[in-house]
Amino acid sequence: METSATQILDREFLELRARILELAASFDRLERAKGTVEGDQRWDLLQQGLEVLLGSQEERARAVQLLFSLSYDPDWREKYGLSRGVSNG
Amino acid sequence: MYYFDPHIHMVSRTTDDYATLARMGCVAVSEPAFWAGFDRGSVDSFRDYFHQLTDFERRRAAQFGIQHFTWLCINAKEAENVELSREVIAMIPEFLDEPGVLGIGEIGLNKNTRNEAQIFLEHLDLAIQFDQPILIHTPHLEDKYLGTRMILDMLTSDHRIDTDRVLVDHVEEHTVGDVLKDGFWAGMTLYPVTKCTPQRAADIIEVYGPERLLVNSAGDWGPSKPTAVPDFIFEMRQRGHAESVIRRVVYENPIEFFSQSSNFDYRAPDEEAVVTI
Repeated sequence: METSATQILDREFLELRARILELAASFDRLERAKGTVEGDQRWDLLQQGLEVLLGSQEERARAVQLLFSLSYDPDWREKYGLSRGVSNG
Repeated sequence: MYYFDPHIHMVSRTTDDYATLARMGCVAVSEPAFWAGFDRGSVDSFRDYFHQLTDFERRRAAQFGIQHFTWLCINAKEAENVELSREVIAMIPEFLDEPGVLGIGEIGLNKNTRNEAQIFLEHLDLAIQFDQPILIHTPHLEDKYLGTRMILDMLTSDHRIDTDRVLVDHVEEHTVGDVLKDGFWAGMTLYPVTKCTPQRAADIIEVYGPERLLVNSAGDWGPSKPTAVPDFIFEMRQRGHAESVIRRVVYENPIEFFSQSSNFDYRAPDEEAVVTI
């Protein structure tokens, strides 16, 4: 099965357009509301998420997921005091 | 197309849902033990719950031609109560020989705490001691990547673990690669808002191929859709994927993974059909 980029765009254009519109309306709603979210870490993450979409990197979905994720510390077990024990060869 | 929902919490669903699932081609479900929405207070609460999973729910499903299988554990949310967790882990062997019990699950992490990790390791010991397959829950949202990496660290550093007999569930774009690379099975959960959508699950199949990947609805008492697997089938068909690829993901892969359990007595519907005219 080989689907062309044009075929995918044909199929998904209206849905993508609708999603951009939803984002735009949400941002307008935030702007109309009392107060501001400037400085809120979640707002910063949303801005960075949009930059990922506009960038040229591959695996944008993975990049967005990692942006909204806590990072992994390989030394977590030592910090928790959980030894690797007899079961860990 | 017949399909298997390998992760759905039917105790939280109505009998009408069973009827709908049956009409949409669901022939079997597997139901991991999970959080009831509140923390249970005693080991007897879990004993009653395990009776429900191994007896009542199995019979309720059978009324609609759906075979019901289950997994037993104390879930990560309640693992903060270490004393109760240990009582439940000690009680689980009472049920391991019951019909339809496939293994230990869904164990895992929720907020990636020390107590959760400790009880996860003790569940691994239980599974190994009783030669049980393992079904694993990975955390939600911002905790997923960290928690999945911690889980993979605990699994891969234990030489007793057979990767073929472990299914790591709720994978998404940022975790599926690590899970498959380490040799485990991976499940994608189709949820309306969090986790995967049918479209993104189809994307993951296109990137990684159908091997060792399963899809499930994880339907429960929260926002979820028990018929999400048929939505995935529909999405795959719309994209032009071969029926054989779809069938592999929604039917053959669950059967291959679950067949490693001694209690998996699945009977395909067409093998049972006897018509007398």
